[in-house]
Order: sequence, then C-alpha cells, then structure tokens
Amino acid sequence: MVDRLHVGTRKGWFELARRGGDWEVSDCRFLGDPVSAVLADSDGAVYAALDLGHFGAKLWRRDRSGAWSECAVPVFPPKPADTGDDPHPWSLGKIWVLEPGGIPGRLWAGTMPGGLFRSDDGGRSWSLVETLWRMPERRQWAGVAGGEQPGINSVLVDPRNPQDIRIGVSTAGVWASTDGGASWRIINRGMYAEYMPPERREDPIVQDVHRLASCAARPEVVWCQHHNGVFRSEDAGATWRELAAIRPSKFGFAVAAHPRDPDTAWFVPAIKDERRIPVDGRLVVARTRDAGRSFEVLTEGLPQRHAYDLVWRHALAVDPSGEQLAFGSTTGGLWISGDGGKSWTMPDARLPPIAAVRFAQA
Amino acid sequence: MAKVSFTPALQRFLSAPAVEVKAATLGEALAAVFTSKPALRGYLLDDQGALRRHVVVYVNGWPVKDRTGLSDPVSARDEIYVFQALTGG
Repeated sequence: MVDRLHVGTRKGWFELARRGGDWEVSDCRFLGDPVSAVLADSDGAVYAALDLGHFGAKLWRRDRSGAWSECAVPVFPPKPADTGDDPHPWSLGKIWVLEPGGIPGRLWAGTMPGGLFRSDDGGRSWSLVETLWRMPERRQWAGVAGGEQPGINSVLVDPRNPQDIRIGVSTAGVWASTDGGASWRIINRGMYAEYMPPERREDPIVQDVHRLASCAARPEVVWCQHHNGVFRSEDAGATWRELAAIRPSKFGFAVAAHPRDPDTAWFVPAIKDERRIPVDGRLVVARTRDAGRSFEVLTEGLPQRHAYDLVWRHALAVDPSGEQLAFGSTTGGLWISGDGGKSWTMPDARLPPIAAVRFAQA
Repeated sequence: MAKVSFTPALQRFLSAPAVEVKAATLGEALAAVFTSKPALRGYLLDDQGALRRHVVVYVNGWPVKDRTGLSDPVSARDEIYVFQALTGG
C-alpha cells in the first residue's frame, strides 16, 4: 500500500509518511501560504498550487530528487474587444484541481473562473482549452458559493483512453470530450436542482456538481456529490440516478470512488448549504458497497460530540488499494483509515484548514 | 532614471531588488523590469496586464490612478514603490 499523503492547507503543504501503522508529518513547505490543489503524479513529481492573496495563483513542482521549483501557471489569452459582456474574468483566479492526463508529461488543470488548461510538459507550459472556453454556453456558467467565478472542480480521464475526458463544474453540470478536448458537449441528464425555479430544475447546465469520482477499473461508473443529493452514473456521466438512501444527509462536497469495486464509494455528508456543519455535531463518513442502494454510517475514531468540521470537495481521497482513505476538514482535522473507512485515526498534528489530500508512493 | 522598489513580501517567492529604469509611464517602467525579471510579471499583473487586485503601486508617495492601462506618467528621479495592499491575503 502507498505510504505518503500530501495535504494542501490554508497555511502550506504537508507530507505525511506511514511508518508501520502510524502516519506522521514528514515534510512541509510554503508555510503561511494557501495551497489550493495538490497532485502526486505517477512519474514521482509532486505539484502544489498556491493561491496567494496578493500575488495570484502559483504552481510549484517537486521532482524525484526532492527539489522544488516554480512552474508556469495557466494564463488566459488577451480578452478580445467583442467579448465585453462576458460575465467571467479572462484571468486566472486559482487552480482548483490538478489531474494527470494519462500520457507522460500531460496534466489537466481545472480553474476558477472556469478555464480548463492542459500541459504536455509537466507544468512547464500551459494552454487554455479554447474550444471549451469559447462555447457560448460558458457564459451561463454560474459562480461558486455566491461568488462570481465558476470553477472546474473535477477532471476525469478514462485510464483506457486519455482522449476521453469528463469535467464537473460548479455550477454548470458535467461536460464531456471524446477527442482530447477538441470538442465538448454537456451530457448530464437525471440530476435536479432544488434551488432553481421549477421550469429550470432539470436543466443540465444549472446542476451544481460539487465533485465527481470514477471507478478506475470501471471508468463508466461515476459518482457525484451534488449540491442537493448524491447521484451515480453507469454510462460515464450521461445519465444519473439519485441515491436517496444516503444518510445522515444528502448535502456535502466530497466523494471518493473505490478504484476496483464499482459498487463502493464514500461521502462525508453535512447539513445543507445554509449551515454546512455535520449533522448533530457528529462527523461521519457514509459508505455504500452496493451501488448506492444502502449506506453505512461510519463513526469509529471520528468525533461524535461538538464536531463542526466540513470536508471540502478535494479533501477526501482513497488510495489505489481501496483500503486506505484520508480526509481533512475546514478546522484542520485530518483522519486516516487503513481498513476501508471502518475505523479512523488522527496523526499527531493540528493542521490549518485543509483544501486537498492525495495519496502517493514514496 | 526612475527607481522601482518592491515590497519585502515578494522576496519570499523570488528575488526582486530595486532597479533603475528609463520610462515615461508606469507600464513602460514595469515592462523594463520584466525584461530582466520575467517571473515577476505574474506576481504583479493579472492575465490581462492590469495590476493585481491586491497589489498597489505608489509614485513619489501617491497611488497610481490607472490600474488597468498603467498609463500614469513617470519621469527621471521618480520613486516607484510596488507593494501589497492591506486587503486580501
């Protein structure tokens, strides 16, 4: 099983190492700076995206030798004069998610304000996927959490075919490309948006997809934590079925898909949007092992009194074995499981608010 | 030559010593700085070339007015100071 965990927090990047059965902080970097995304690529490189309050988004890469260097960041092209009514800025807000592209050197970056960027040289240069950015429908993309900027929060690359890509957008549904990003279409059917007027409730583009996760062994199985429910697709995001059995609540941000078992996934539910805290102050993980027909509420090792931890969409991860999981919270709690979520332990650290966690091999 | 100085807060991320440049506007002054220090550009300007929202520039003790076009005039012996606004962060 993998033995490293990368954690992006409001105040820096942390690496944890598993020694025996215990995890402990083994390294840290960028102390004091917000880290918005982390990625451990299969070539051994580690990426940390910074979201500097004054100086903008930055991207750093650690190579196999352990040396960090600053990479290029995605940059939007000059805004043409005839796009004056575009509601979204043509300027990078932050890197929200980084994913390997399935080809050596290729990375995808999902950003605010909704640009998807590709690198083919390990982050040394980036190009905007203009086919997506210039679609007229993009102007309908709504902002995240009352903000003005939409964000691409998920990039799913089919491990069998790196040209086959799905993205999840807050707030604009699920978009697909089957030609490596040359063309795009919105594909999600079957979701509904409680927060919209009735006539727009089932419109694919108003669906607030908080996070997507697919099963590595069966990539057509995709799970979604949506703003008002959890959903499952068995056709790579085209049609969705609500999983009404989720408990203790249907709101949340994070989802993790078992890498081998297409019927298993984990969620971290919370009280819905106006409050965003765990139900009854009890922090729990909801796990299904039967494709969403039923859910177990897992509590062993998790705080069950006066816990107000919220888990953001990139702050829950599962390792390639499906046995190790980790999640981090807005109050800096970090819990790790070695038994598929049945029980959890905390490393000896009080971390800043956590945005993202990722497992890796040393 | 106008003198351009940078907040020590930038030094955490990259070297940004004070430099002297020949320029008629703030935009020209920054362009001259970026010629020798291209990595600095993304720290100070957004993707469209405007000053970042939480970066401010003072010329001889007063904030520049044109944060988008960077057209504020500068002349020899002017002191240009680039620092972080007390917002954001």
